[in-house]
Amino acid sequence: MRHETFSNERTREIVSSHLGLEGPLLPILHAVRETFGYVPEAAVPVIAEELNLSRAEVHGVVTFYHDFNRAPHGRHVVKICRAEACQSVGVETLVAHAERSLGVSMGETSPDGRVTLEPIYCLGLCACAPAAMVDGRIIGRLDMEAIDEIVAEVDR
Amino acid sequence: MSAIKVFVPCDAAAIACGADSVAEAILSEAGKAGVEIKLVRNGSRGMLWLEPLVEVEADGVRYGFGPVRKRDVAALVAAGLFTAPASVSHDLAIGVVSEHPFLTAQQRLTFARCGITDPRSLDDYLAHGGYKGLARALELGSAGIVAEVTKSGLRGRGGAGFPTGIKWKTVHDAKGTQKYIVCNADEGDSGTFADRMIMEGDPFELIEGMTIAGIAVGATRGYIYCRSEYPHAISTLRAAIGTARANGYLGPKVNGTEFAFELEVREGAGAYVCGEETSLLESLEGKRGLVRAKPPLPAHVGLFGKPTIINNVLSLTAVPHILADGADAMRTTAWAARAARCRSRSPATSSMAACSRPPSASRSAIWSRRSAAVRCRAARSRRFRSVARSAPIFRHLSLIRPSTTRNSPRRTR
Repeated sequence: MRHETFSNERTREIVSSHLGLEGPLLPILHAVRETFGYVPEAAVPVIAEELNLSRAEVHGVVTFYHDFNRAPHGRHVVKICRAEACQSVGVETLVAHAERSLGVSMGETSPDGRVTLEPIYCLGLCACAPAAMVDGRIIGRLDMEAIDEIVAEVDR
Repeated sequence: MSAIKVFVPCDAAAIACGADSVAEAILSEAGKAGVEIKLVRNGSRGMLWLEPLVEVEADGVRYGFGPVRKRDVAALVAAGLFTAPASVSHDLAIGVVSEHPFLTAQQRLTFARCGITDPRSLDDYLAHGGYKGLARALELGSAGIVAEVTKSGLRGRGGAGFPTGIKWKTVHDAKGTQKYIVCNADEGDSGTFADRMIMEGDPFELIEGMTIAGIAVGATRGYIYCRSEYPHAISTLRAAIGTARANGYLGPKVNGTEFAFELEVREGAGAYVCGEETSLLESLEGKRGLVRAKPPLPAHVGLFGKPTIINNVLSLTAVPHILADGADAMRTTAWAARAARCRSRSPATSSMAACSRPPSASRSAIWSRRSAAVRCRAARSRRFRSVARSAPIFRHLSLIRPSTTRNSPRRTR
């Protein structure tokens, strides 16, 4: 997915398009993340000023929620569910396999910016566990072959 | 001859198992064969080990095939999937879906439409009894709705089992210029996905339930706080809300009456604690999801400090049935009779996953033994104990994949 380069002007635009909402901070942060691919540190003072909040308040919210990554992700994002239902059908073996094959550890982005591997806690696909989400696409009944296909897709 | 109806679920579990590519393959094979079909993306029937479950309607009867992979489609079509679905000889054919042993043992209320209808179609919803609850609610008026919900014995389906009618009465009696209805769709516990299934499979039911709640307590705004891990539920709900608004079921004049009700979906951001009601309210307000001290209760001081109903998805989706069929309907069904000693009379839904086995004619004995074991295990966990104690277990979903990785490490989290 192509992301825009961060700018104060674009951030202000995003904020102003959400001002009609009650409690707009989370929708704004989602929009900022979707636009730039992450929530840049520099966006925090801009949002704070526009919403008449302190920087500390906005910073506190950004850092509280896992979804608001503060550094850009890799070109591909592989999220593997590590919640209990997926663990009960052996996702940890698959996680180890994915880490080895992709050459990154859980929670890290590869140095070449190719891929980010992250844990996710429950996609609600427990009946076809283990499950994963690759670039927003959900995959169930995950096995070693499926991991190999994901790795091939990332390497392409 | 009218187009043949073919159903391929749009439930996230089906999509995760390749339903989208199966749907594409079916359209392309139908094109090649020159057969006119109408492809419907329905919700899931709950037989998740059969997903993607393709259904073909012939003479008003739906025949099932599953689990279908993209590469199976050509063979199924060659075997007569479109022309004679009843007599297809193929390993994936399961026969008449409504006669499947998993379904014949069930009596569904909340999930009655799920898997049958197109979740994004308002016409389908209306044709299957949708918005009858709202019509009766408008006749009854605020106090009448609260009385009906109280009489039904509905208890909170989030797990705590607080009587819904009492919560509603508290908000009804609270003074306030603005009140809110909040739906807790932050279904974070692993192994639970009934909220997701109903939001994806019958979103209008939740919209109707929240609208009735709004009229009952005088709230004009509602929020559905859905976790970001459920992107399909969020997009289905947003589409359904848009359709409901365009058809006058939401907006300044609900159904042409003086009642106003607006609804919005808010996306969570990956914080598990926000499934707790007060931290969910904090999150909706745009703050960190920190738990508030109680009292004051959200019913008195809730969202933005206003009186607020906060209910689970399954509590709110039970409401249209209570209104449409009357509170007594909750007391006269077969399972309610079995649960005569319980104070909670409406159905509870349970999700099952992991190492259990699907029912089939040859395995029914194994199934009932295994499912009993699963239920016992579930009942030992704190979350399920409240359900098991307060309500007859409505074994609606079974979630099942014969495990191939049982020797792998057990839970470590």
